[in-house]
Amino acid sequence: MATRWLPILWRLVQTIPVVIGVVIISFLLTRALPGDPAVQFAGQMATPESIEQVRAALGLDKSLPQQFLIYCQALLQGDLGQSVATGRPVLTDLATRLPASLELTLTSLLLSCLIAIPLGVLAAVRQGSWVDHLCRVLVTAGVSLPTFFTGILLIYIFYYLLGWAPSPLGRLDFVYFDPPRVTGFFLIDSLLDGDLRTFTGAAKQLALPAITLALFTLAPIARMTRAAMLTALSSDYIRTACAAGLTPRKVLFGYAFRNALLPVVTTLGMVFSFVLGANVLVEKVFAWPGIGSYAVEALVQSDYAAVQGFVLAMALLFVLINLIIDLSYALIDPRIGFSSK
Amino acid sequence: MSDLAPTQTSNGMLTHLGHILRENPVTALSFGLFAFFVGQALVGQWLVPYDPLATNAAQALQPPSAAHWFGTDQLGRDVFSRVVVATRLDLTISVLAVAISFVFGSVLGAIAGYWGGWLDAVLNRILDTIMAFPLFVLAMGIVAALGNTIENIIYATAIINIPFYARVVRAEVNIRREAGFALAARLSGNSHLRTLAFHIFPNALPPMMVQVSLNMGWAILNAAGLSFVGLGVRPPTPEWGIMVAEGANYIISGHWWVALFPGMWLMLAVFTFNLMGDGLRDLVDPRRRT
Repeated sequence: MATRWLPILWRLVQTIPVVIGVVIISFLLTRALPGDPAVQFAGQMATPESIEQVRAALGLDKSLPQQFLIYCQALLQGDLGQSVATGRPVLTDLATRLPASLELTLTSLLLSCLIAIPLGVLAAVRQGSWVDHLCRVLVTAGVSLPTFFTGILLIYIFYYLLGWAPSPLGRLDFVYFDPPRVTGFFLIDSLLDGDLRTFTGAAKQLALPAITLALFTLAPIARMTRAAMLTALSSDYIRTACAAGLTPRKVLFGYAFRNALLPVVTTLGMVFSFVLGANVLVEKVFAWPGIGSYAVEALVQSDYAAVQGFVLAMALLFVLINLIIDLSYALIDPRIGFSSK
Repeated sequence: MSDLAPTQTSNGMLTHLGHILRENPVTALSFGLFAFFVGQALVGQWLVPYDPLATNAAQALQPPSAAHWFGTDQLGRDVFSRVVVATRLDLTISVLAVAISFVFGSVLGAIAGYWGGWLDAVLNRILDTIMAFPLFVLAMGIVAALGNTIENIIYATAIINIPFYARVVRAEVNIRREAGFALAARLSGNSHLRTLAFHIFPNALPPMMVQVSLNMGWAILNAAGLSFVGLGVRPPTPEWGIMVAEGANYIISGHWWVALFPGMWLMLAVFTFNLMGDGLRDLVDPRRRT
């Protein structure tokens, strides 16, 4: 039993240097932000003395290493500082806005997996058929799509021309009330509340931004699924399985797909990084109240605690996702050991 | 003998190129599109019918017509002229960014791959840390920290791309470190640096060229995205990302042309580089053909 857990523990230990690096970079980045935070915090009516007071209170008069220590101490207590723009602790701001971003990201990833994986499998099985060509066109076009542009295009078609979509402003139209907050995911919360009207309202609002992001992530997933399936299907064990008279279904899903899943999951981790970045753009287009649009506002106002909190949260989220993906390898493929890395 | 060898290989290369272009007309198309964009970047600003910055309030938000092929924007500026003129800026940003990350990535990757040891370990940790950030978010942070200028967009885009190049070079150099030809070069009196630069590194160039082409598209998207959120290039400079951002405000009222055309151009440029990357990959490595 111990030998089974040791590699996982080792993988966890490996994330520590990366997390430290992430904290250092996010600290340095925001110290370099233009503008004097002390002047900002002191407000409009500040005198030079009060600015100095604020500077001392924020610890900004100390040397950089000392500031870093103070920052780390605060971080360990879960204190990300105070946002100048909203006047609330950054952690509270991020916590209230994170579910909106996650709901969007996860829905779009789910959507794109549901389309891309079957498409990739079909393209590999029927190589050279119209499905294969469709897959190839989608893959190359999908990578080239600027998310903010597809979002705008979808708004024009489905909101302005067809009138199917609600106005692209936020998570829920003002005629609905926000569902009681349990998870922060409007879709789940409204279902828990048994409020189907709010659920459809939230789903309609979510549809366009989720499709925009899904179109963007479709390409790498479909491409990798196709390539991995082709490799798997041309290997010897598939020939053996076919020769042994297993049903095509069993060969395809039990043997080929299971082996192809590993690179697909790896790609999923990479795609997640893209999505977190693209989120910022899509949230701006659809006025989605997630952490991406929060960060854009903070950047424009040089609100350094908020920017720092956002960059840190994104990076930690991404480290966490990669960790989960690495750990899930072991579930998918029992041959994988972490000791070999 | 030694005179013959190079001509033979270059002939072979040309035949191979011809074969690939014939077999895959899409690659030929991408080279054509590439020439189209480069031409726009070089001479576009002298060919456009209007001054891209000239406003004309009487002509604001006119739909596409014979006088204004792509219509006019909210200030009456000609969208066609702006789209064409923007090509130079967008391509310059991405070419410079890719060039910087190519050079730094190559040097770092080659050093780490050739000497290995703690240098390699440290470099890998640093690259891991950079890659631990969602890259667009990191670029946003860098531009915000360094200041809102075009140069800083270039630096930010370069920094987030360095890991990709460094990884490719490191892998290519590492597998050839102990190769026969490298040892022979050392034995015939070449210094480490010379062996690395002139004997081992050139082998990493083909996969690097593929990476460059794929990266160009990415760099353009990245720069346009940064301008779209209001970082980097500032209005009224014509740039595709900003033009889409400005047009976004008018799409809800049905003025589609303000955002559509710059967006299309952006998409087409990225598409061109991606197609070229795939084509180059066919040329360089037939096994990995998709």
